[in-house]
Amino acid sequence: MSKFAKKKDGEVPAVSTASLPDIVFMLLFFFMTVTVMKDSSLKVENVLPNANEVKKLEKKDRVIYIYVGKPTKEYERVYGTEPQIQLNDKFAKPSEVGDYILMERAKKPQELQNVLTTALKVDKNASMGLISDIKQELRKVNALKVNYTTYEGDAFRNLQ
Amino acid sequence: MARRAGAPEVNAGSMADIAFLLLIFFLVTTTIETDAGLDRMLPPIEPPDQDVVIKQKNIFQVNINKNGQLLADDQLIEISDLREKAMAFLDNGGAPQGSPDYCSYCKGARDASSSDSPGKAIISLKNDRETKYSTYITVQNELVGAYNDLRDREAQRLYGKNFVDMEAEYLNPETSDETKEELKEKVKRIQDLFPQKLSEAETTTN
Repeated sequence: MSKFAKKKDGEVPAVSTASLPDIVFMLLFFFMTVTVMKDSSLKVENVLPNANEVKKLEKKDRVIYIYVGKPTKEYERVYGTEPQIQLNDKFAKPSEVGDYILMERAKKPQELQNVLTTALKVDKNASMGLISDIKQELRKVNALKVNYTTYEGDAFRNLQ
Repeated sequence: MARRAGAPEVNAGSMADIAFLLLIFFLVTTTIETDAGLDRMLPPIEPPDQDVVIKQKNIFQVNINKNGQLLADDQLIEISDLREKAMAFLDNGGAPQGSPDYCSYCKGARDASSSDSPGKAIISLKNDRETKYSTYITVQNELVGAYNDLRDREAQRLYGKNFVDMEAEYLNPETSDETKEELKEKVKRIQDLFPQKLSEAETTTN
């Protein structure tokens, strides 16, 4: 029994594919860790209220988001502690909401422009004054379908 | 055929395919968590062409002040009682038998001083500028809940199903077209029995 028995001549040894799964897994993990669901980073506190009579917001491409809440710690110095509106990545005044909606609407394909929903993601500690201003602006640009985005849960927990 | 010595080596070549399969499976099935919330329609900004006269008894006034207290039809009530009150108002069916507004499916008190029929009944919601958003959402939730409870009741009576489930199935993109067509009619019918008439006046400042 010699350990160095001569291999058969004329045959190229097959390339080992045993490490291929490892490579694929490595890729898989790489993408899993790197992928961020980028949605526009939040600059406001956004703890939504609870509600139980909710409807799901299907079809993400038909939704325009508006965030409202107190600026987070890092923006507190510049924007104060009063609730602010965030559109895309920047803070905005209520009067800018209308333009923003029109701009976003123009970006969508023609057939979707009439079925858009505006999702209001409002922090539960915001006051209604700001929301009323936003609603007024939405009415001005005829964006009448709104969705008050909430967590699913007992609505009475909001009151505590 | 020469017999191999020792345990045969496991062929790991297909492992990559399995890994790819997994990768693709997860890529396809992963949906980013969908948001949920209360759907509402805002009133259009142009005022209606002619002034509609609405009888006072057909309006259910709900006022929220800045401390989160609730005034419903001039009575100070707890938010937990609101759903019941709203349902009693909507389901009242005060119109007498024989009148065009008569509501045959109402199970309410049939009080002549409250709403005539669900089609006429309007809930008007008013809030202060300093009302907290969370309170507002709770009130909205209760009012929507009142409508849903009544619609559920009718859907149970007519089709033996909950309205909320029927609507969810109707809106689900995976439902087949025939089922959708069938559900559409039913959903529409129930909605017509208890149309959602929730008016939101502009907020008061004081």
